[in-house]
Amino acid sequence: MKEEIQRKVISVFAVNEQGVLARIAGLFAGRGYNIETMTVAPVPDSVYSRFTIETRGNKKTIEQIIKQLNKLIPVLKVIDSSDIIEKETVLVKFSADNNLSDIDVLCKVYNGRIMNVNENSVVAVVVDEPNRIANFLKIIKKYSPKEIVRGGVVSMER
Amino acid sequence: MNMTGSKIVIESLINEGVDIVFGYPGGAIMNVYDELYKQDTITHILNRHEQACVISANGYARVSGKVGVAVVTSGPGFTNALTGIADAYMDSIPVVIISGQVPLPLVGTDGFQEIDAIGISRPCTKHNFLVKDVRDLARILKEAFYIARSGRPGPVLVDIPKDISSHHTRFHYPDTVNLPTYKPTVKGNIKQVKKLSKAISEAKKPLIYVGGGAVRSGATDEIRKLLELTHIPAVETLMARGILGFDNPLSMGMLGMHGTYSANMAMSETDLIISIGARFDDRVTGNLNTFGKNAKIAHIDIDPASIAKLVEVDYPIVGDVKVVVQDLIDVLEEDFHQGKFFSWNEELQKYKAEHPLEYEDSDEVLKPQWVIETLGEKWGDDIVLSTDVGQHQMWAAQFYPFRHPDDWLSSSGLGTMGFGLPAAIGAKVAKMDRISVNVSGDGSILMNIHEIMTASQYGIPVINVILNNAYLGMVRQWQSFFYDERFSQTNLEYRADFTKIAEGFGGIGYKVKTKQEFIDAMSDAIAQNKTAIIDVDIHRKEDVLPMVPAGASLNEMILFKDTNKPKDK
Repeated sequence: MKEEIQRKVISVFAVNEQGVLARIAGLFAGRGYNIETMTVAPVPDSVYSRFTIETRGNKKTIEQIIKQLNKLIPVLKVIDSSDIIEKETVLVKFSADNNLSDIDVLCKVYNGRIMNVNENSVVAVVVDEPNRIANFLKIIKKYSPKEIVRGGVVSMER
Repeated sequence: MNMTGSKIVIESLINEGVDIVFGYPGGAIMNVYDELYKQDTITHILNRHEQACVISANGYARVSGKVGVAVVTSGPGFTNALTGIADAYMDSIPVVIISGQVPLPLVGTDGFQEIDAIGISRPCTKHNFLVKDVRDLARILKEAFYIARSGRPGPVLVDIPKDISSHHTRFHYPDTVNLPTYKPTVKGNIKQVKKLSKAISEAKKPLIYVGGGAVRSGATDEIRKLLELTHIPAVETLMARGILGFDNPLSMGMLGMHGTYSANMAMSETDLIISIGARFDDRVTGNLNTFGKNAKIAHIDIDPASIAKLVEVDYPIVGDVKVVVQDLIDVLEEDFHQGKFFSWNEELQKYKAEHPLEYEDSDEVLKPQWVIETLGEKWGDDIVLSTDVGQHQMWAAQFYPFRHPDDWLSSSGLGTMGFGLPAAIGAKVAKMDRISVNVSGDGSILMNIHEIMTASQYGIPVINVILNNAYLGMVRQWQSFFYDERFSQTNLEYRADFTKIAEGFGGIGYKVKTKQEFIDAMSDAIAQNKTAIIDVDIHRKEDVLPMVPAGASLNEMILFKDTNKPKDK
């Protein structure tokens, strides 16, 4: 019965109304499911919001999560395709004492760039696949980042 | 027509065909009560606790097949109602709860009698609405009733701030609902139905396992037809008692923790479980690792999330049970050879004969099983039976001759002590020509005892048969089996005088110690047509058997024989 824990990115389309985020978050909390990341924004020109939820669980748990999400009245559809493009944004603040060109090169490798510099700090933005973002965050450790803001995963079916 | 929000509530209820509501007034819902006062289409029953309001609406819904309606106020009114709401949620009963809320400008300010009703009821309602604009009210009520009764039914809350119920707007009750995000599947996939039909023809030991979904779907006739056609033996859950009919030779009775030997052995030995509106609850399956070990599993359910939640399913069919079972019958009828399950049935009949439900009757002290059997034998045709939760509930489920599921109400999923009496009130209102009986215990009855008063006031006679062993009997039984007889807080020897309580609330009371006294008390209570308590002294240490200990496999039952030793009274 014990199956491998897998990572899954699920997209949920739900009516953009008060409390819908609480319904979705409450479902995960109440049934003991994990939310690794969640991003929410309205779908342009519609009454819906798109929730991109990164979760973990065995096959059965993931199946239940999808079914339970579908059961919520304001949920239109749940997409659990594995044929998706994923991106995550991360903002990192470094001390201005660092070598700027080192950081710039590193960011460029990960599809990013330095977006702001002042006398104290350098802020870089990187947009890449979640596993590459994880790598990036590992590598920049030696530059002692002052602050890291991860944006959560967004995804789109191919 | 231009009218207030509270008037819109009343008009909407009338449009839904509601003629009775169960409720309790208070500050935030007063506008609605003012409109209730001004009309005479809808009868209002004043229960004496909001929990009872919702449970009465729940009982009414179970028996009538309609949506039950409860009206409560904000804050404590609402928190009191929660247990009733959760009960309806767990047993999938269609109830609409209309609650008052503090005025919208006060929402979120910790106002007097403010509680976040939407927030705290989210996990135990099918859906809930906070009305923020009076112009949405009629549409929301229409949607609430539709959501409550369609798909897998359940409770729906409409929370109305006090200022909204006084605002005016033009009233128009919509004819249809437009919910693009909510479209329950009614018709099952016919390819899947055909696959199941093939699986049935290939099976040697198939078993039909019927649950509460079949009751909600009204599929009694279809399921009986399916049995008649195929001769597949069947078992029932607590919720589904009555679907098969007590005298159906293909019925192995109730399965699960206190199920019959034959039902549990059937489930242990079957090679094809055909689940019809059941949900593989832990009280039914016992140890999931050994459950249905040798069986393929077919699962027919209107709720996709119920399928494969606990067990792997080979033949999932999403749809309304009534429709799917009829489709299955149609497919099977094309080519079905009766008699192929003859030896399987023989085997089960042997189990049934070897280990029937049994108890040792006594002339010295009343046995609860005898009381239940006698109710069924003497008055079974006329009774609508409700129970509380505990040993008495299980004895009723085991020993009562169930004829039809609409005559049976029991809090099965949530296991709410205090359910029996308010539910029996709702049931009686739905079927005034029946004798409404609540089988209870001396523990459970006290949880909503004040409802004797409600029943008396409105002339809704309910006969409460208390199987009184001066114990919280089910907990005592567990303590006796699994806790080395450390009877922690279960001895209820400090007894209430239930006859006086009954009289104090306007009913009649009987104290009963012998068989004849019980029969006389029942006959008298029925003849007087009044709300009554019949306080029956039963053997104090009678156990509910058979029993599958929690977490054990279904074939690991503690049987009557194993524990049949002389007991001190």
